[in-house]
Amino acid sequence: MLGAAAVGGIALNRGESINSMWFITAALCVYAIAYRFYAAWIASKVLLVDPTRATPAERLNNGHDFMPTNRWIVFGHHFAAIAGPGPLVGPTLAAQFGYLPGTLWILVGAVLGGCVQDMVTLFFSTRRNGRSLGQMARDELGAVGGVAALVATMLIMIILIAVLGLVVVNAMKHSPWATSTVAATIPIAMLVGLYMRNIRPGRVLEGSLLGVVLLLLAVAGGGWLDHQPLLREWFNLEGLPLAWFVIAYGFAAAILPVWMLLAPRDYLSTYMKLGTIVLLTVAIIWMQPMIKMPALTQFTDGSGPIFGGKLFPFAFIVIACGAASGFHALIASGTTPKLLSNERDIRMIGYGGMALESFVAIMAMIAATVLDPGVFFAINSPAGVVGKEAVDAVAKISSWGFPVTVEQMSLLAQQMGESTLFARTGGAPSLAVGMASIFGSAFGSGLIAMWYHFAIMFEAIFILTTLDAGTRVGRFMLQDILGNIWPKLGETSWYPSILLSSGIIVSAWGYFLYIGVIDPNGGINILWPLFGIANQILAAIALCVATGILIKSGKLKHAWVTGLPLIWLIIITTSAVWEKLASPDIRVGFLSAADDLTTKLASGILPPEKAAVAPTLIFNLQLDAALALFFAAMLWIIVLDMLRICIRHLSNKPVPPLSETPHQITQLEEAWQRD
Amino acid sequence: MATRLNERLRRLWQMIRELSGDDAYERYLTHLSICHADAEPLSRKEFFQREQHQKWNGIRRCC
Repeated sequence: MLGAAAVGGIALNRGESINSMWFITAALCVYAIAYRFYAAWIASKVLLVDPTRATPAERLNNGHDFMPTNRWIVFGHHFAAIAGPGPLVGPTLAAQFGYLPGTLWILVGAVLGGCVQDMVTLFFSTRRNGRSLGQMARDELGAVGGVAALVATMLIMIILIAVLGLVVVNAMKHSPWATSTVAATIPIAMLVGLYMRNIRPGRVLEGSLLGVVLLLLAVAGGGWLDHQPLLREWFNLEGLPLAWFVIAYGFAAAILPVWMLLAPRDYLSTYMKLGTIVLLTVAIIWMQPMIKMPALTQFTDGSGPIFGGKLFPFAFIVIACGAASGFHALIASGTTPKLLSNERDIRMIGYGGMALESFVAIMAMIAATVLDPGVFFAINSPAGVVGKEAVDAVAKISSWGFPVTVEQMSLLAQQMGESTLFARTGGAPSLAVGMASIFGSAFGSGLIAMWYHFAIMFEAIFILTTLDAGTRVGRFMLQDILGNIWPKLGETSWYPSILLSSGIIVSAWGYFLYIGVIDPNGGINILWPLFGIANQILAAIALCVATGILIKSGKLKHAWVTGLPLIWLIIITTSAVWEKLASPDIRVGFLSAADDLTTKLASGILPPEKAAVAPTLIFNLQLDAALALFFAAMLWIIVLDMLRICIRHLSNKPVPPLSETPHQITQLEEAWQRD
Repeated sequence: MATRLNERLRRLWQMIRELSGDDAYERYLTHLSICHADAEPLSRKEFFQREQHQKWNGIRRCC
C-alpha cells in the first residue's frame, strides 16, 4: 500500500520539485512486494526449490571452495561480488532524460528481469554442482551456445575495463588532489597486502582497518599537496599521460602476484563500498534532499549532450547494472552456488542480492538529480558538444532551459577543491559532487572538498579493483583458448604465457581507452552504450539458457518468467545495435559518424589537431560498428539455438539431456546455523 | 540483560569475522579436525596463501 502511495506520490508531483524520500519509499516497497510475492512464487511454483535436497556445498564439501556457509555470509560475499561501479555510473548518465525513465526502468527491470535472472541462474547452477554459465550453455544447448557465451564474456570484459578506465582518467584529469590520492592507494594496498601475508598472516580485519585509516589520511594528504605550488604540478596531468599510467598500471597489476595488490585492494574497496553506501543512505534519509531535475527532459528525442540516442532504446541500454546485468550470471554460476547450505536460501541471495544492487542504482540516480540540472549538464557535457570555453558552455546549456552561470560553476569548483568542473565526463565527478553536497549538508559543509575527493577516491579504488580483476579473468579465458592451440600456453602459472596473455588483454582495453581519451566528444558517449549493449546481451544469453532449461524440464507454461525479460532484452539490444549501425545521426550511428569524418577530412575543413587524429577515429568507429554487429550476431545465434532445442523437445525429438545432478537427501540439520 | 547484550555483541563480532574471512584459519582447523583428523594442518601463513590463490582463480568481481 505504501509502495503504491509512494509511486503515486511521484506521479502526482510531476511538474514540481519532489522529495527524494518518495524515491526511497517507492523503491523499498516495490522490492519488498516483489520479493515477498513474485520471488516466492517463482521459487516454490516454477523452480520447485527443495529444502530437503543436499546442495553441492554439502555433497562436495572440501573445506574451501565447496563449503556450506551461513546464508547471511553468502549474501555478503555475493553482494560484494556483484556490486561494482556500474550501478553508480549508468543512472548518472541516464539522468539526462530526466529522473523518471531511469527510475522506472531500475525498479521494473530489476524485479522482473535482473533479480529473476540472478535467482534462476543461481538455482540452475546449484542443481549442476556450481557449473559456470558457459558450461551450462554447452551442456544444455550445445557447443555453439557455450562458445558464444565465452567469447561474449571476454569482449564485455574488455569494453567494461576500457570504459571504467576512462571514467577514472576523466576524474583525475587536471586534478592534483584526486590524482595524488588515487596514486597513494597503490602503496597503501601493497602495505596492507604485506601485512596480511607476512607481518600478521591472515589477520584480515586488522589489515583492512589499517588500510582504511591510511586511505582517509591519503584523502587529507591530497588536499595538503594541492596547496604546494611545486608538488601539485607533478600530479597536474592531461588525459593522455594519465591513460598511459592507467594502462601501465593495469599491466603491472595483472602480472604481479594477487597478494601484492589485487587481494588487499579488494578488501579495502569492499569496506569502502559498504561504508559509503550506508553513509549515503543515512544522509539521504536524514537530509531528504529535493530532486531538481525534471521528470523528463527534451533530450528524450535523442539530442542529449552526454550521449546521443533516443529514450528508447538507449535509456535501457545505459542503465544495465542496477536493472539487469548479465555479468551477475557469471557470479551466480560458479562461486556462490558452492557455498549455499540450503536451496531455500536461493531466493534471498539471488533475488535479494540484486534488489539491493538496484537500490544502490536508485541512490546514484538521486545523487545525480539533486544537483541543479544546469550544473549537472555543465559537468557531464563533453567540450566537443558545448564548447571549450566556460562562457560558451554556460550559454549553450542555459539555452536548453537549464540556467547556469560561470560564477556558479567556479564557486562550486572552488568549494570542491578543483580548478574547474566543466566537461568532467564519465559520471564520477558529478556523482561525487552530488554525494559531497548531500554529505556536506548532512555532516557539515566545512569539509565539502574532503567529501568530494573521498567520493572520487572511493570510485577510483573500486574501478581499479575491477580493472585488475577483469584483466586477470580475461587472461585466464585467453589462456584457456590459447591452450587449445599450444598446450603450454594454457598453463596459467607459466610466466611467459602470463606475460603474453596479459599483454594482449591490456592492449585490447588500452586501445579503447586511448581512443576514448583522444576523442573530442569524450569517448564515454561511444563506450558506455557499447558496454551496456554487451552486458544486456550477456543477460539475454543467461536468460536463454534458463528458458531452455525450463522448457526442457516440461515447464512450458511457466517459461514466460524468463521468456518475457528475454524478449524485452532482445528487443532493446537489437534495436540499439540497429541504431548504432544505421542511424543517420552522427552522434548515434557509428557508420554515419565515420562517413561524416571522412568527408570533413577530405574537404580539409578540420583544424590540424583534429585532422591528425581523424584517421584513427574513423577506424575506431568502423571497429565499434563491427563489434556491435558481432554482439548482436552472438545473441541471435544463441536465441535460435535455444529455439531449435525447444522445438525439438516439444516435438519429442532427441535433445541434450538435462544435466541436473540426482536428488540426494540433506544430512544437515534443519536449524543448521540459522539465526 | 547485560549478558544478553554481551551475547549479541559476541555474535555480531563473530559474524563480522566470518564475513571478512578473518576467522577462515580457525574454521579450516575445525573442518580438518572433524573430517580429516589424521591430516597435518597447514600453518596459518601457508593456509592464507593457498586460499588467496584459490579465490582469485576465477571471476570474483563484477561491474
